[in-house]
Amino acid sequence: MAYVAIKGGRAAIDGAAEAVEFMRAGSTGKEAPLQLDAIEQQLRLLVSRVISEGGLYHPRLASLAIKQFQGDTLEAAFALRAYRSTKPRLLETPPQDTSRMRCIRRISSAFKDIPGGQMLGPTYDYALRLMRLELADETPEHFRAISRRFLAATPEAQLPATFPKVLDALRAEGLLPPVAESREAAFDITREALTFPVPRSAALATLARAETGSLLGIAYSNMRGYGDIHPTVAELRVGYLPVMLPHPVTGETMEAGEVLITECEVVAMYEGNAADGPPTFTLGYGACLGHNETKAISMAILDRALQKGMKDGAANPSEDPEFVLLHVDGVDSMGFCSHYKMPHYVTFQSDMDRLRTTQKKSKERV
Amino acid sequence: MTSHAYNFGFLDEYAKKEVRRAILKAIAIPGYQVPYASREMPMGRGFGTGGLQLTLALIGPDEIVKVIDQGSDDSVNAVNLRQFIEMTCPGVSTTTCTAECTLLQTRHRIPELPLTAEQIIVLQVPYPDPLVVVESSENKRKTMHGEADYSRLLVKLYEDIVKYDEITISHRYPTRINGHYVIDPSPIPRWDVAKLNNSAALLLFGAGREKKIYAVPPHTRAEPLVFSDVPFRVEDFRDEAGQRRVCARCGCANSFLDEFVGDAGNKTYQCSDSDWCDEQLQRAEQVQGVAA
Repeated sequence: MAYVAIKGGRAAIDGAAEAVEFMRAGSTGKEAPLQLDAIEQQLRLLVSRVISEGGLYHPRLASLAIKQFQGDTLEAAFALRAYRSTKPRLLETPPQDTSRMRCIRRISSAFKDIPGGQMLGPTYDYALRLMRLELADETPEHFRAISRRFLAATPEAQLPATFPKVLDALRAEGLLPPVAESREAAFDITREALTFPVPRSAALATLARAETGSLLGIAYSNMRGYGDIHPTVAELRVGYLPVMLPHPVTGETMEAGEVLITECEVVAMYEGNAADGPPTFTLGYGACLGHNETKAISMAILDRALQKGMKDGAANPSEDPEFVLLHVDGVDSMGFCSHYKMPHYVTFQSDMDRLRTTQKKSKERV
Repeated sequence: MTSHAYNFGFLDEYAKKEVRRAILKAIAIPGYQVPYASREMPMGRGFGTGGLQLTLALIGPDEIVKVIDQGSDDSVNAVNLRQFIEMTCPGVSTTTCTAECTLLQTRHRIPELPLTAEQIIVLQVPYPDPLVVVESSENKRKTMHGEADYSRLLVKLYEDIVKYDEITISHRYPTRINGHYVIDPSPIPRWDVAKLNNSAALLLFGAGREKKIYAVPPHTRAEPLVFSDVPFRVEDFRDEAGQRRVCARCGCANSFLDEFVGDAGNKTYQCSDSDWCDEQLQRAEQVQGVAA
């Protein structure tokens, strides 16, 4: 009697690896390999996305992951995460002061002008999305001249090193609640599983490394009407934040380096204060590694929505901590989606057994 | 850029310790889902990262490891996991022989050969919580488990009987451990549920994406959720004439079978447990040899 071969898995996997490597090299056999520098500089927003979703500030490794996984952000972030999980946690970072950020961009939509001034910086916000066909055949000479021209036209020390925070002004006016001094250590989502209810620090950490599209999707549901946060962007800033760490010997905090981050603070509808004080606006906070404004704004809206949900009970999906926090991680959701491609024939055999039995019974009843 | 050497067992030692602590707690409270900070592994969430973390936390240099998926050692996912273990645990040996292994990682099956007290079986789990079919909030489910309140699951089974005259749960059959916690025994077929009961080997369950570890310790009661007047039924492998189908390869008449549909629409059946099938085949050949 004929039977089906039970070997062949290893050869199939090896073949698949060769096929995907062939796709990476391109079918013409004439392509030049992507250089990591080019990815890091010219695909900087892609790198930003990967470092933030990967939860590891390593633009170089992120560029490698983008190259290796042929531009798939989910896979690249995943590789970075898996690399990160082999590294021990050496210390806990103290809270970092984002007013010390060297901004490349900062805006507020709440005021026409803000202390320090609105600074558009590098943004496509007001660019016309017309295809620039001349870039299709850009020459290296023309390309290199761009930065030379830009730097020559920008006088040194034209801008202050740091900018005041817009929220400070609102706070000084009593429009915002005073900063609550939290003495609790921040929840480390890489060392503890989320068990609900979770502290806000756990929610923020989960949102900070969430997948951009997932965050945007759930935040958008709140913006559209499945929620009523109605945010105003008090401040959105992008820049290099000095990372202050305790010196291993003296314990004194010192600058260990800097990271590019995007930070967004939204102000939302006011509510009464628990401590009988006058009502104030409420706040939502978003921050992520790299330059990713859509993510930071979505996160700020969801932070506000979740705080509301934790206080008053969730009135819609974006206010439900379990719904939001357990479904926004790219590595988790993409992995589970992909797993459906694996063999499931034992469970399907079991499914068929149940269906056949119930079909038989339903025929017998007729 | 330099290549980075990985620790024995891929995970750093702190991560392994944490997993081991969770395992000890899981053994101490049979069937209770212990939360742990599941690490990202270099394969997809859903591909066995929870089971793999258990394996890597338990593995020692003398270990003999077997990895199966759908009962087969040569299934693509099993090959992938085994290669990863071989790569990150130098010195560890791997086998396809069920009787030989000391640590067995599996997805969707428990081997047909009864396991021994010297063996640990690690099952890969996609959904650790059997209550998820009746309650989507994890917070509420936690309370239900604490109170051993499985009434809504029983109602679901009852509704099945009313609607279909059969319990329709095919795999992941809710199973009560040591008289209290009901577990999702991972997507094993109902055929394998009896193997959980009073097992000589320690059974560990790892859900990487859902960040939970739970256990059925050796010699612990494991009872599928049923009613006293509706017996638990495993997959039926009888043909239209009521004859038990046999494996087309080894002739075994008491194993879980995979169904294959040929190009002409004809069906054949073969053991899902490939090592069991090989063993039966060898035994049959020996018997034939003696007879000749």
